Amino acid sequence: MAHGNYSYQPKTAFTKWLDSRLPIIRLMDETMLQFPTPKNLNFWFTFGGILAFMLVVQIVSGIVLAMHYVPHETMAFDSVERIMRDVNYGWLIRYIHSNGASMFFIAVYIHIFRGLYYGSYKAPREVLWLLGIVIYLLMMATGFLGYTLPWGQMSFWGATVITNFFSSIDQIIPGVGSAITQWLWGSFAVDNTTLQRFFSLHYLLPFVIAGVVVLHIWALHIPGNNNPLGIDVKGPADTVPFHPYYTIKDLFALALFVLFFSYFVFFAPNFLGHADNYIPADRLVTPPHIVPEWYYLPLYAILRSVPDKLIGVVLMFGAIVVWAFLPWLDRSHVRSNKFRPMTRQLFYVLVAVIWILGMLGAQTPDGNFEFYFGLVLPISKLLLSQICTIYYFLHFLVITPIVSTMEKPLPVPESIATAVLAKNGAGSPAKANG
Amino acid sequence: MRILAIASVLALSFVGQAFAAGGGDTEPKHPEKQQWSWEGPFGTFDRQQLQRGYQVYKEVCAACHGARLLSFRNLAQPGGPEFTAAQAKALAAAVQVPALDDKGESIMRAGTVADRFPSPYPNDKAARAANNNALPPDLSVIVKARAHGIEGEGPDYIYSLITGYSEPPASFTVLEGLYYNEYFAGHQIGMPPPIASDGQVTWPDGNPPATKQQMAKDVVAFLTWAADPHMEARKQLGVKVFIFLVFLSIVLFFAYKRQWKDVDH
Repeated sequence: MAHGNYSYQPKTAFTKWLDSRLPIIRLMDETMLQFPTPKNLNFWFTFGGILAFMLVVQIVSGIVLAMHYVPHETMAFDSVERIMRDVNYGWLIRYIHSNGASMFFIAVYIHIFRGLYYGSYKAPREVLWLLGIVIYLLMMATGFLGYTLPWGQMSFWGATVITNFFSSIDQIIPGVGSAITQWLWGSFAVDNTTLQRFFSLHYLLPFVIAGVVVLHIWALHIPGNNNPLGIDVKGPADTVPFHPYYTIKDLFALALFVLFFSYFVFFAPNFLGHADNYIPADRLVTPPHIVPEWYYLPLYAILRSVPDKLIGVVLMFGAIVVWAFLPWLDRSHVRSNKFRPMTRQLFYVLVAVIWILGMLGAQTPDGNFEFYFGLVLPISKLLLSQICTIYYFLHFLVITPIVSTMEKPLPVPESIATAVLAKNGAGSPAKANG
Repeated sequence: MRILAIASVLALSFVGQAFAAGGGDTEPKHPEKQQWSWEGPFGTFDRQQLQRGYQVYKEVCAACHGARLLSFRNLAQPGGPEFTAAQAKALAAAVQVPALDDKGESIMRAGTVADRFPSPYPNDKAARAANNNALPPDLSVIVKARAHGIEGEGPDYIYSLITGYSEPPASFTVLEGLYYNEYFAGHQIGMPPPIASDGQVTWPDGNPPATKQQMAKDVVAFLTWAADPHMEARKQLGVKVFIFLVFLSIVLFFAYKRQWKDVDH
């Protein structure tokens, strides 16, 4: 491992015996306790730990829900209600799980954009980044599958819209898209067979995520953490052991995050969901406005920005795939946006564009863009979503390569230790984070 | 393409509806905000209001609507109307439920607290046939199904809807068998005004006569509880969890500061 001088010494007879057979305690000690971590990580870097916690919360609450849930088209809706009415603390477990999905996505978006801002995708962390994209895709699939399970109107119609993406392949090879769609459904429409397989896959995928998370953490431990300065660790003066320095910092951040999470679970449990999902699925009644969960909204806006379904679907998936090329599209040798003034401005522009796409995804597709405070801007939603979609792809495919080549970065400090000394020497003695 | 198709079909249906209705804006009116006892982190239900609400539900709504997720035992559980066990038993015994006798013959028997609320129609087709082809929705989770916003506007919406019938504007032609209601999408609803006059429900024990607004508010309270029967327990636990987490966060903050105090970072 990169810059570790580990010193695990088994003390008891048993640990000595075990260490020569399966050095699992050594592994834990080296990766979770002694692991040298840059000492300048700020609170944006706590979301990795928060995500690990959320994965456990979702798996544990999900396993309990699966003990009571009935994956059948005539019983699924009522079984979810039964969980909330008759199972002891069933309302708590179900609201933790349904809001937990949203919290998971809030945390993952912060984690992703933190990586974008501080250049965590750049060499030597490309594989770490790619594994992160795989986890995100798996999360998207798991979230979608889970949302179908209560079998409300949004479950059913969301499943219908999403699975119909694949029928767009008919535009290339007639018949193949429909065949794939029917194969996914296990039927000629979204029905009971679909629900049962979605339940099965929804139970499976979190364990696949857990597996990829292990690879993600492994890939993290080879180069070690990136940090807000984006410079390599030069020596022991730059690092602290993970435990107790970052265990306590992560725990504090986690407590605040759980506080935020609890607000939704206890005081606004249905705020992040859609009211129509408390109407049982009805294949004869199409909801006036089919919207996905909030975490898919920017992608949904990209999909709807193109009148051609196939191109819309390709762009929507492309919008995620393009992140995989980022380590090679960004030509700069400097990682952190702290030292990249132009890239930093473009980062905020990208965040704003994605936010607007999210707002567009939540609105009905016709008419002018509804901004906040009831303000309607004089631009059609369609045109704005097309502009944002084009900008989104331009950012990655054109602007990033050009700007990263031309931009003159600010001087980068020699090491983390010298930067910290300079900051604390020049500024107040209070040791602020970052 | 499908999304576009759905959107255009919907757009056309709205256009068609607007033309059929003789033009005009048929966007639903925003529900009127009401004060409810259960709002906020410390909100609770008013037991008497829930009991009155149940009476309105039973005497008015239940003629056309079911509430299949509710059982009579729920009426006696903590956090609800909290009828006594004997009262819940009597309320259950007042309804007849289908059952089989020892010979396997279909019979009707008196209800028990374990029974679900009976539905007024044997199936949806019968319900539509009796209601001019409109299906009266099941009311078990109707408040959650109409809820938007942080606390959810479901209660305000139901209240505004059942008290919001009015005369249509001169330009608006209401179709045969429908009723004009600005709070309903399309402004035409199949449900006749459910609460037509003061004193429609007679409260027990010589209480003052029921007003339309009071009956509406009480039944909304009952339906809000019915949609989320553990709301009180949820909020009460939430307050405790909050206190604990704030305390824990403070302790962890000082532990964190202490751990890092000798490290330049």
